Order: sequence, then C-alpha cells, then structure tokens
Amino acid sequence: MQHTALEPYRVANSLIHRLDARLKLLATLAFVLAATTLPPSAWGALALLSLVAVLLIVVSHTPPMMMLRRSLVALPFVGMIALTLPFTRDGQLLWGVQLGRRVLGITDLGLLSFVSMLVKGWLSVLVASLLVTTTPFPTLLQAMQALRVPKILILIISFMYRYLFVLVDEALCLQRARLARSAARSTGGSGGTLLWRIKVLGGMIGSLFIRSYARSERIYQAMLSRGYDGQWFAVAHFRWQPRDTWAGLLMGIGLVAVMVFGVCVR
Amino acid sequence: MIEIRNLSFVYPGGQPALNGINLTIKAGEKVAVVGPNGAGKSTLLLHLNGILGGSSAHGVGQVRVGGVEVNARSVRQVRARVGLVFQNPDDQLFSPTVFEDVAFGPLNMGLAVDEVRVRVERALSAVAMVGYEDRMPHHLSLGERKRVAIATVLSMEPDVLVLDEPSAGLDPRARRNLIALLRALPQTMLVATHDMRLVWALCPRTVVLDGGRVVADGATAELLTDKRLMERHGLEAPLEAFVTDAGCVAAEGSDGL
Repeated sequence: MQHTALEPYRVANSLIHRLDARLKLLATLAFVLAATTLPPSAWGALALLSLVAVLLIVVSHTPPMMMLRRSLVALPFVGMIALTLPFTRDGQLLWGVQLGRRVLGITDLGLLSFVSMLVKGWLSVLVASLLVTTTPFPTLLQAMQALRVPKILILIISFMYRYLFVLVDEALCLQRARLARSAARSTGGSGGTLLWRIKVLGGMIGSLFIRSYARSERIYQAMLSRGYDGQWFAVAHFRWQPRDTWAGLLMGIGLVAVMVFGVCVR
Repeated sequence: MIEIRNLSFVYPGGQPALNGINLTIKAGEKVAVVGPNGAGKSTLLLHLNGILGGSSAHGVGQVRVGGVEVNARSVRQVRARVGLVFQNPDDQLFSPTVFEDVAFGPLNMGLAVDEVRVRVERALSAVAMVGYEDRMPHHLSLGERKRVAIATVLSMEPDVLVLDEPSAGLDPRARRNLIALLRALPQTMLVATHDMRLVWALCPRTVVLDGGRVVADGATAELLTDKRLMERHGLEAPLEAFVTDAGCVAAEGSDGL
C-alpha cells in the first residue's frame, strides 16, 4: 500500500534539493536555534527571519500552500506549550479575574511573548518541513550519521520510518476486519454497548502491539543471521560541492544578521 | 555440507519443536523440507545458522556446516556461509533503502566499501533488481521484496541458502520467476515450504517433517507420489507428479485431484 500522506519527500530538482544533506540539516538546526533564542519582542528580527524562510521556500520550488499546511500541523502543540505565557508574565493587566487574594489575568507583555512564541514555533516547523520535503529520508539519516548523531537515535528513527508504513497497513487491516463484520440487521440499529465497543478497540490496539513485538523479534533474528553484532555500518556518499559552501555562507550570514538585528535594534 | 545429528529443541515455554533430527545434505543439493504447520520446519531452519540452539539450554544435538560445528565461537563464521531468508520480506528488509539492506551483511563481515559495492551490484543483478538501489522497501511489490530479500543474503556469498516459504503470497508469474531464479543459483539449498509445485520443480530431494521428527527422506518423485504418506502428514502432491511427458494421468487413484 502507498501512503503518500506519510511520505514527506517530494521529488524535484531545485537548488535546495541538490544541496548537501549535511548542510541542510545543520542550516535547519541553526535556523531553529536562531528563532528560539531571539528576544521575545524583536518583531523586526522575526520579520527578517520569516523573510529568510519565505526565500528558502521560493528557491526550493515547493508549493507554498502545501508548506503552509504542513507547518500549521504542529501549531496546536506549540500553542499548548505557550498557553501559560500570557498569564505568567508581568506587565500591564489587560483582562483578569479575582481569585481569592490573587489576580489571574492576561498581561500585555505576556500576550506579546505568547504571540512571538507562536511565530517562532511556526517558523521552526516550517523550515523543518522544508528540510524533509526537499531531502529523501534515507539521505537525511545518512547525513545524521555523517554528522555523528548518536547511533541509537539514528537506529530508532530509521526503524520508525521503515516500520511506520508496515504498522499502518496492519492497523488498516484490523480496522477493515472489524468493519467487515460490523453489520446491522434490516430492522436497523446497532447492537453492543459503548463499553463493549471500547473493549473491542482496546483488543485491536493490544493485538497490534503484540504483532509489533513478535515482528521485532523476527527482525532481530534476521539481523543476527546476517552477522549483526551491535555495530552498525553505513556507506554514506556525500560530496561537498562549491555551491554548498556558498549556500552555507549565505545562510550563516543571514542568520547572524537576524540575530544582530534582533539583539541590537529594539 | 550440512550435518545434523540428534538435534532436539524445546521452546522456552516448554513446547517441544524438534525431536532427534538426523539429516545430512551434500554440497550443491537442493532439498525441500515439507510438513504440516507446526511440524518444526522453521525451528529447524533457525538452527542452521545458530539463531536457535548453539549455546541455548533448550536444545541438544549437533549441527555442522562445512565441517564446522555451530557453537557460540563459530556462529559468526557460520552466518557468513549460511544465508537465511525469512518468510516475510518485511522482517528481512529493515533498512531505509534497498542498497543499505543488501550491503548490511557484507558490511558486518568487515569488507571494504568498494568490495561491498561490487557485491551489492552482483547480488542485485543475480535477482534482476539492478536499478532499485535507492528505492525504499515499502515501495516495492511483494515479488520484488522477496527478490531483494534473497539478494540481501547473496551479497554475503554464502555456500548454503536456507529459505522459509519463498513462494508464499506470490502471484503465479512472480512465483514462476522466483523458481527460475532459485534453480539458476548454484548454492546448496534447503527450502521449507507448503508449495508442492515448487518442491517438484526445484528440489530433487524432499524431507518430510512431522511432530519434530523426520518421517521420510528421499527422492521427491517417489515421496510426492506416495499418496498415503502425503495424506498421513497433511500434504498433497502437485498435479505435475501424476502427469507423464505424454501428458496423461499415470498414477492410480488420482481422481481426487
């Protein structure tokens, strides 16, 4: 079965697609670092950073609407984390309720840092999704290896990626098997209590877990039988091009400019 | 090439799987292992490169591959000589790309990167999958994944190929291609399967396993046409077994087919 929705990479041949994956990984990390360390109300710098992100997307020839959709997926999570900010910062009280001897309220500075955190989170996710849209996943894993990311992390991500699709298929099969027997009599209505339905679903989840566990054992046997002894080797074939140097320099200068602007110009 | 002496094995849960297996396979032989579900076929295969047995307390007996006894000390050398292909290619292919999976065995053997590349290329061309190096396993069809799974052990250049249900789930064409591919490979082969037509087409010798014992061992042409033996062990002869070159049904009582 094909799962295009789970396959972030889009084939294309832009400059961004052709850049060395190691550079793209590092540049993405640098971007996220810059975004998170900017002072809360450095709006000019945030605008500049957004400009960098927009430029990257334009150069990469990825559909902007698709990138927007992808980046918005993570926004609720950022929002959840940032939710306490408006209530906990000092500043001018905009709205509040009296709770005993304390006031629970939203301050202007709190609201500002809430919005700036949302923007920062959104920009970070946007650039990260640009990375996975323009780099095939296996290449990304090889780049991590080349950059000495701990092996255990790479292995976890690699197995996750490889078996995500297998597990989704298995879950779909279970679901289909249930649907196939979820019949109703011609008199209409459906039987079974809600509790029973929940139990059935729980059974399905449990069965998926047991299948995965049994599968992991078989995979390990397959690894052992081909000589696995705890070491993991890889053949990475990266070739650093002059354009990678230029792109890296450009990105570095851009991010430093954003940081300087954000810290000095208030 | 393979010598199995008095091999018994009990799973940790106490469930007996193998019960005094004796089996000798000469170099270059292609042998089918058939028998009902739960006969111990897969358990036997897992002993051949030391996944089960060896240092385990649950088994007794001896497995020798190419004169070398399989034990904790020799197991890694044995794994380089015996290529085990699992039934489900999704278990066998665990790497993000085809290249990385086929390179996994040779890299573990400590070969130089250039040699690994040569071996991957050779293995993929043996299964007619050159050009799929950068593809991801989940994008391949089952037939393609089965072929790549075979390539992942061919790249280790083993003397023995051990295959568990190689044709299960394949459509007729993919199945025919697989049989042709296996026939062309020079390795000693041990194939556990329910596919009696594959047995007939590929393996001159058949071993019938039931209840963890070898209950019959002989020429495929004789065993498969022994109707009572087949019936007693829940097996079934393929149509081909009763068809002579002239194309007429030769065996007596083949009306049940």
